[in-house]
Amino acid sequence: MRYLAAKTAREAAEALAAEAGVTRVLAGGTDVLVQMKAGLVEPDLVVDIKKIPGIATITPEAGGFRVGAAVPNSVLGEHEGVRTLWPGVVEGANLIGSTQVQGRCTMAGNLCNASPAGDAVPGLVAANAVARIAGPDGERDCPVADIPAGPGKTTLKKGEVITSILLPARPARASDAYLRFIPRTEMDIAVASAAVSLELNADGTVKAARVVLGAVAPTVVVADAAGKALVGTKLDDDTLAKMAAACEAVCRPIDDKRGTVAFRTKTAGTLAKRAALIAYARAGGSK
Amino acid sequence: MKSIPVSTTINGDACEFLCTPDETLLDALRNRLGMTGAKEGCGTGDCGACSVTLNGRLVCSCLVLGVEAEGAEITTIEGMADGDELHPLQRHFIDHAALQCGVCTPGILVAAKALLEKNPEPSDEEVRYWLAGNLCRCTGYDKIIRAVQAAAAEMRGA
Repeated sequence: MRYLAAKTAREAAEALAAEAGVTRVLAGGTDVLVQMKAGLVEPDLVVDIKKIPGIATITPEAGGFRVGAAVPNSVLGEHEGVRTLWPGVVEGANLIGSTQVQGRCTMAGNLCNASPAGDAVPGLVAANAVARIAGPDGERDCPVADIPAGPGKTTLKKGEVITSILLPARPARASDAYLRFIPRTEMDIAVASAAVSLELNADGTVKAARVVLGAVAPTVVVADAAGKALVGTKLDDDTLAKMAAACEAVCRPIDDKRGTVAFRTKTAGTLAKRAALIAYARAGGSK
Repeated sequence: MKSIPVSTTINGDACEFLCTPDETLLDALRNRLGMTGAKEGCGTGDCGACSVTLNGRLVCSCLVLGVEAEGAEITTIEGMADGDELHPLQRHFIDHAALQCGVCTPGILVAAKALLEKNPEPSDEEVRYWLAGNLCRCTGYDKIIRAVQAAAAEMRGA
């Protein structure tokens, strides 16, 4: 195995593209090193991106925030601006692992690890976040929603590396929330999860809604019908029941020791209801 | 595999070592530098026995490559006592019998110190969540929480 601490995104992309063998990008390493230890992957080249200037910083941009790909989630959680604008994104990111893992793990890494249960991903997709990707042919932007391709798989091409994620601006009276179910209170992987991002009208009715489910399909799922069910309402019980049903309709979970298909499906709908109510209250809505 | 020279700072002292690119910081500390305070429990970031700080952040040294220590500032359990004088956390762990076999203890002390630097007056719940990534199979945790709180009180001058 060779180790390269890239000085620029271009150097990282070119090295990854030129390597014929197995490559891994190293940001926080909380997945990569575990996989190496378990023998699941034996990289020929590991490219550390943390020395690239600016890649570990959070920068205001166009009313939102650009979060560098090497910003640890602990640092994200201490950033008052991001916490205020996108509290649901931050609470998802901060649920990953222990204090020790938070000191290293990143949202971009969680996205690229491509676990269907990644806690940072539903919030980013609900936020319409956009990943900036450096590749051997230059830079491109891609919605976070289009990155996951299945368990452990992404749509990134050889040589491509995410350098930052843009959390967009949002109007007043808007907020988001993320909830997951685990059978304990800490240090576990989501059995099902839901992120909800809402924008309200002045009268407190929902103007726009995005509902995104995790751990209930090979990739994160945008529940379009569930989001539409909330529009024009103040989240009354009938609306929430309809939204939960719409969530259940798009779940395609696996059956394993951590949760049955029936349990994951029902739980995803229930979490979406609760997350919607939290996001609604955060956005200033009152019933 | 070709070894790489790494130049770093550990507990305030400049330090150089050689390690292979796939070697963890934990292995480098223990096997190259003889600093065996950090323990390998799981080797996968679940147990916290290898906790150190890296540029001021609490991390599992089993999830850091040794080569990543280049230019970094690391603190380990070896830097906790001031010569022969134990840190208040270490004293209170002994006074409260907050350890039995001791394998988790260095990691818990390093993690607890990081907590008290950030939050000098944590609630019991905050201590428990902060230390959720430090597994202890002996004590049942209650004595650990009490020892951390007693040390926190002393450090606040209470």
